[in-house]
Amino acid sequence: MHEFDLSSAVVTTVNKHAAGRRVQHVTLRIGRLRQVVLKTLEFYFAIVGKDTVCEGATLEIIDVPAVLRCTTCQNEWEIEIPAFICPTCGPGGVEVATGEEFMVESIEVEDEESAACTAPR
Amino acid sequence: MHRTKVRVVEDALDANNTIAQANRSDFDREHVTVVNLMSAPGAGKTTLLERGLAGLAEEGLRVGVLEGDVAGSFDADRLAVLNIPVVQLNTDNGFGGECHLDANMVRSALPGVPLPEMDVLIVENVGNLVCPAEFRIGEDARIMVCSVTEGEDKPLKYPLMFRACELVVINKVDLLQYLDFDVDRLEANILQVNPQATVMRVSAKTGEGVDEFRTWMKALPARFFEDDDHDHDHAHGHDHGHDHDHEAAPA
Repeated sequence: MHEFDLSSAVVTTVNKHAAGRRVQHVTLRIGRLRQVVLKTLEFYFAIVGKDTVCEGATLEIIDVPAVLRCTTCQNEWEIEIPAFICPTCGPGGVEVATGEEFMVESIEVEDEESAACTAPR
Repeated sequence: MHRTKVRVVEDALDANNTIAQANRSDFDREHVTVVNLMSAPGAGKTTLLERGLAGLAEEGLRVGVLEGDVAGSFDADRLAVLNIPVVQLNTDNGFGGECHLDANMVRSALPGVPLPEMDVLIVENVGNLVCPAEFRIGEDARIMVCSVTEGEDKPLKYPLMFRACELVVINKVDLLQYLDFDVDRLEANILQVNPQATVMRVSAKTGEGVDEFRTWMKALPARFFEDDDHDHDHAHGHDHGHDHDHEAAPA
């Protein structure tokens, strides 16, 4: 249900970096803990991106597993269910190593042949 | 025509977070601690505020409420009896509005919020267990209310929300005698998802446990501002001992 707003956020970010160039492909890095339904995100991305440089762009998603780290024993482990407790040390200093990402990783834009790429930061 | 790959590596929610940071600066400047109050629809956020905030001003804590709702001013009307500043913020655009508040909506409402008249601003978010957890609004602390009519498994289904909150209020415990509800299991599930959470069992209807909530509220400003007595005799800015993480608003 949150995919509409998330896709709007993606389009805003992509449009900023595209700087007016037509976008053909967008790569996102999304952590499992974000609970994003990828098909739904794609569906909304197509709608929200309409009439912007994102229109017609394909979406690629790098799925990042949910990995926790125990600050006591330094162990890292992947979780499939939401249990934020170290199997060895119990609750306490557990932090998320990966899995909370919601990043625009890269975009592919159309360029005029002569124009050198001056990618904005 | 050829394709160029542009490396972006940017959090897609940066635009929201930047505005949240601006809100945070405004709140800090006015010495106001801000709470983002979230829950599923009907869990009892407004009832908790009705009970929990009554008379707090006399006990030394000036609270204001920014009331986010899809439509109407029903909740704001209910809080009017408290004699505190209550500002309505509707997300409605005619036929049902946004399912959450974002930083920009809160920002647009700020000119109507009398920040100098309050120590704590509670932003009552739209009832929803998903989206509000993702959009920072410039708050210092997040509270969620869950009720015993919702199911013990909710923390496992909505970990994003339960992890985002430092205080989880289990409401409607007066109904436990009528329900097949295992409140210990709910609490265990909350702590499995968020071991750092403070959990309170409350009935906003009967008042059971509400004192604990009031005590928590009264202790709040001191956690974020060294000097919470509004003498304004010290330099404001980012030197006042924030002990919270600034994930939405790096100092």
